[in-house]
Amino acid sequence: MTLENVVRTDSPPLLKIDGVGKEYFGNKVLEEVSFTLEAGEILGLVGENGAGKSTLMNILFGMPVIARTGGYTGRIEINGREAAFSSPFDAIDAGIGMVHQEFSLLPGFTVTENILLNRESTKYNPLVEVFGERIRALDRADMTKRAKSAISKLEFHIDSNTVAAEMPVGHKQFTEIAREISRDNTKLLVLDEPTAVLTESEAEILIRALRNLAVKGIAMVFISHRLEEVVDLCDKIVVLRDGRVVREAEPKNTDVYQIASWMVGRKIEGDHSRRVDREDTEPILEVSHLWVDMPGETVRDVSFTVQRGEIFGIGGLAGQGKLGIANGIMGLHPAGGKVVFDGKSIPLNDPAHVLKRDMAFVSEDRRGVGLLLDESIDWNIAFTSMQVQGRFLKSYLGGLIQWRDDEAMRDAADRYIELLEIRCTSHRQRAVELSGGNQQKVCLAKAFVIGPKLLFVSEPTRGIDIGAKKLVLDTLKRVNEEQGMTVVVTSSELEELRAVCDRITIVDSGRVSGIRPANCPAEEFGLLMMGAQDIAAAVER
Amino acid sequence: MDRLKNFIEDFGWPRIIIGIFLLCLFITAPFVGVRVGTSISDTLVRVGMNGVLVLAMVPMVQSGCGLNFGLPLGIIAGLLGATTSVQFGMKGLLGILFAFSIAIPLGLAFGFLYAQILNRVKGEEMMIATYVGFSSVALMCMAWLLLPFSSPVMIWGYGGSGLRTTISTDGFWNHVLSDFMSVQAGSFYFPTGMFLFFVLMLTVVWAFFRTKTGTAMTAVGSNPEFARASGIDVDRMRTISVMLSTALGAIGIIVYQQSFGFIQLYMGPLYMAFPAVAAILLGGASVNKASITNVVVGTFLFQGILTMTPSVINNLIKTDMSEVIRIIVSNGMILYALTRKTRVKR
Repeated sequence: MTLENVVRTDSPPLLKIDGVGKEYFGNKVLEEVSFTLEAGEILGLVGENGAGKSTLMNILFGMPVIARTGGYTGRIEINGREAAFSSPFDAIDAGIGMVHQEFSLLPGFTVTENILLNRESTKYNPLVEVFGERIRALDRADMTKRAKSAISKLEFHIDSNTVAAEMPVGHKQFTEIAREISRDNTKLLVLDEPTAVLTESEAEILIRALRNLAVKGIAMVFISHRLEEVVDLCDKIVVLRDGRVVREAEPKNTDVYQIASWMVGRKIEGDHSRRVDREDTEPILEVSHLWVDMPGETVRDVSFTVQRGEIFGIGGLAGQGKLGIANGIMGLHPAGGKVVFDGKSIPLNDPAHVLKRDMAFVSEDRRGVGLLLDESIDWNIAFTSMQVQGRFLKSYLGGLIQWRDDEAMRDAADRYIELLEIRCTSHRQRAVELSGGNQQKVCLAKAFVIGPKLLFVSEPTRGIDIGAKKLVLDTLKRVNEEQGMTVVVTSSELEELRAVCDRITIVDSGRVSGIRPANCPAEEFGLLMMGAQDIAAAVER
Repeated sequence: MDRLKNFIEDFGWPRIIIGIFLLCLFITAPFVGVRVGTSISDTLVRVGMNGVLVLAMVPMVQSGCGLNFGLPLGIIAGLLGATTSVQFGMKGLLGILFAFSIAIPLGLAFGFLYAQILNRVKGEEMMIATYVGFSSVALMCMAWLLLPFSSPVMIWGYGGSGLRTTISTDGFWNHVLSDFMSVQAGSFYFPTGMFLFFVLMLTVVWAFFRTKTGTAMTAVGSNPEFARASGIDVDRMRTISVMLSTALGAIGIIVYQQSFGFIQLYMGPLYMAFPAVAAILLGGASVNKASITNVVVGTFLFQGILTMTPSVINNLIKTDMSEVIRIIVSNGMILYALTRKTRVKR
């Protein structure tokens, strides 16, 4: 046993997370999370979207949002001392550096200036006597030297005089990391998906650089969706699911396939019973080579066919383009390609036409697109149908004037309030005053009123409580069975899709990476989400 | 008690405070030698004069184009209608109807062009609208000199060409609406015709907002993304609302002139938008929601304050402060209402 190892076992770990839990408005997002991290160790933190990774890092970094929403339970220790940071500044002082998914660089500043922002080297000038320390001049030569030394630790070459705006994304990522390690006291580096924006070769360089840093004694928490990288780089892997640590493993004892299965898990057992044989049904929606320019959810080239009467799922990780598909077909974002509905092709970028052809859409952006927040429930429910189908109108003076039929609107609203158990004071209540689940029910009612042949539902259960979740999913199944309505559900929650759908397509990088029946094992979907190259690896095995 | 509380919340504290203040002014008036009958009819006349101009705010607010600071554009359309009517020597009811028939199509046309600008600057409408109003007034200052009007009652006496700054409607259609079925009792005068016309306009706008198009317009103002997802052409709805607002502005100024007795050209329309904006805000409208009630309540309160404050206070302190008070009240109200723009979009 070497001396170094003795020291390591005796002294407290660099970071100890002990039974950390967090609730957002009664909704548990983290529960009893515990792990430790030694100096120089790299810990891979993996989990699906919403597994609690970001929340955990926000707690660690002392983000004000945590304290604002009621703080957290459990204990975080750094070098054996409790660390309860009230702001990111405290975390930085304690030696934690964070590299965010989104770059926080000033575009007009050079690499050096960005790395040393607010920690510039300065030199004396006479004005200091009058105006104080803040007016000291910048010592450019020394700053360049410090920046260069931070960059050289990464063993990557960036010109320290380049302006941030003119750099390729890979270089920006390196600049961010250089900034974090240029602080003398940085002991722990948190990297939130640092390779997401990098090309493969850049990612390799980064991984190598991180390994070098670890050798120099800096511990790291590495968050990534690219599982091979995690297995390749990390000393230890922690898998989060639904806010709990489901597995802690060493890479040498596991593989990508196994990690993927731990990540997706099996939350809702059974009930994959809706195996209706649909071999003989005809296609209702044929999508070929669809592209959609939706910010953050770009669809590049997607083709699939939905059969009449089925519930079709679209899954995938956030930002891979699954949400863009429904938005594109419904004409809400610029799109191209060919979409044939019910035997006739539909023009893209024309929301009115699509609605007239009996398709309806429940948007994932409930408050932004789905609702008239300032208007009453009956308005919300009846509006689209009134505009598209001319219902809820009453003619006067022999059809010369058509007025809103308040009575019919009220009746329709009351019917859906009862049917979907919308909790509200009356149909006159404004949508903004309802809870998330009830708002979602209003959105569904709005779509049902149209009586569509095909219904797109995006993220039907996002941000709503469990009771409402069940009701929403059951309602979708019921309208599918009773009215034969074809439903296309887009969701980031794989288990939800597996519970309601007949077939599920997984979208990755704006392309379909595979379509499988819903009773396929969860691991297979997990791998499809991670990209096709993983599948190849799995098939080889 | 609960009902009282609800009423106060619905009606809003600013309106209640100003309402009480106005009531106090009416009560104090006789003690400082201001005749109540005259005061009340002055207030009512001004409500009738300005009502349609305030109503011209509603369509644009409802469609999310913000307050119509570009009202001078509509007013210019009205002025063109009025001057054309005088040019052709049209008299009485025929004269004012002729003025309307010129002013309304012009208002719709101007509104269409104005909407093309506003649709390009979504989110900054009110700022741009203000400048559209100002610059159109400046442009018309040249046009009034150059347009080929020739009626001797309108053009400058010395040069023989170019319109005068102020043209009397006397002998043409002065008071044709106001005096229709009007009531005169001592010092009290009620312009029945003008009010009937105001009510007619209110009804037309109210009815419009009950139609399919009106409903769509309200939805566009409430959440344009929602409207778009429901298959509404957002820009088209906004265009229609701006055209309506501008046409109402054109009608409004003609109603104003027939009561006032003069057509005011050149810089006349420059600041006309501000009292109308102040009135509708005082009536409880916000930047993206306005109702007919807001128009009626707001016009009454605002014109009441403007009429009563100067006369009562001038009599109290024996100095003419009317203009100062007018400016403080109207601009203060706009400032107050705009800083309270608390509605969070989405």
